[in-house]
Amino acid sequence: MDDRIRQVIAAYARLGVDAGELGENDDLYTAGMTSHASVNLMLGLENEFDVEFPDHMLRRSVFESVSSIRDALLELTSEAAA
Amino acid sequence: MSATADRNATFLTSVRAVAETVAAPLADEVDRDARFPREAVDALREQAALSCYVPPSHGGDGVGFAELAAACFELARGCAATGMVFAMHQIQVACITRHGIGTPFFDEYLEELVAGQRLIASATSEVGVGGDLRSSIAAVTPDGDAVQLEKNAPTVSYGEHADDLLITARRSPEADRGDQVLVLTRGDEASLEQTGSWDALGMRGTCSPSFIVRARVAPEQCLPIAFAEIAAETMVPFSHILWAHVWLGIATGAYDRARAFVRAQAKSAPGAVPPTASRLSALAAELHAMRSEVAAATDEYAALIESDAGSDDLLSVGYAIRINALKINASERAPRICSAALGICGMPGYKNDTPFSIGRHLRDALSAALMIANDRIHATNAALLLVHKAG
Repeated sequence: MDDRIRQVIAAYARLGVDAGELGENDDLYTAGMTSHASVNLMLGLENEFDVEFPDHMLRRSVFESVSSIRDALLELTSEAAA
Repeated sequence: MSATADRNATFLTSVRAVAETVAAPLADEVDRDARFPREAVDALREQAALSCYVPPSHGGDGVGFAELAAACFELARGCAATGMVFAMHQIQVACITRHGIGTPFFDEYLEELVAGQRLIASATSEVGVGGDLRSSIAAVTPDGDAVQLEKNAPTVSYGEHADDLLITARRSPEADRGDQVLVLTRGDEASLEQTGSWDALGMRGTCSPSFIVRARVAPEQCLPIAFAEIAAETMVPFSHILWAHVWLGIATGAYDRARAFVRAQAKSAPGAVPPTASRLSALAAELHAMRSEVAAATDEYAALIESDAGSDDLLSVGYAIRINALKINASERAPRICSAALGICGMPGYKNDTPFSIGRHLRDALSAALMIANDRIHATNAALLLVHKAG
């Protein structure tokens, strides 16, 4: 899952650094992700994982790192399975 | 009444007195001569109103957010330029109060602000970034023990009249355009070289020409957190809500004149409701809608900044969409209301020297859509709505 998240980050977050080199808790906004790029990242993740982020998840803290994105996706996919 | 309610009420009473006795009587002169409303700002200093939002721990009055916003409304109802200068200053104070407290430099600065009633201007706009608050070209550059920066700013409102400046710049010469910090300069730590004039359609008393700003300060004069967060949590919502109160004040000032005009007509022929009265009714309904929307945004923000979880909510897509929509609606409604008031007053409203003149209000209100252009805000919300479901 982390590799797929990193691929989406690499495609849409427009960071100044290589997405493969990011620590899982590194702050994407500090690494240069603008709010406009974050919208594209959200759309890219929805597409890649076939999910829809509910409005309450659309906040900076959810998309700030690889690990926070993974937590959100796991929460959505476990809800879908339940 | 509790001590807090008492303090808030006293504050608003004193601001209202400044608005009615100092700002309003000079509003035409300030507008005509495009000069700074110094009498009103000095009167606000005498009331210690420039530090009203600084918490009591740092010597201020710690008035509530809703009262601060109401003060912007009261001042702008009498003189839009005074209201806008006050609002812009308070936005800077809020950035320092909400994000600087706890660091020794800013703790000390707030005490200086209270003691000296220092007026802070902001240099956030920059030539070459296309009006994007969240991009800078100017960079904080190490210079010995200090840091320096140079910024080409297309408008610095009341720059020449301010004591201090809050400036956005890139964190370092290597940083990305969006990796910004806020830098405070005091007194002659910054120099302003005026590069343009300010002969504008409205808001003439804000005295907002272009400048090249050059500054050299200690590194600790940069606010300790990223400007991205300061903007989302404080500068953007404070700006949109306080500006909306200024525009509501202008619109209400125009409504006041239209209402006086209709009453004068009614008194001259008692027994018949003048035809303009139904237009006044439509105007009152539109003003009511504007007031309700502005009040709802004020209450929501006041609750968020007082709650522990509020900061996370302020960084949500939904909140950004709502606060942007407030700016668009308030900035479009204010000139519409002024224009409708002009329609009621007719020629006496069109002339500049009658008790029913609406020209100044209309010209001042037309600035609203341009302060962070509505096209840019629509473009931002358009992108956010691609992911937000409720809209």
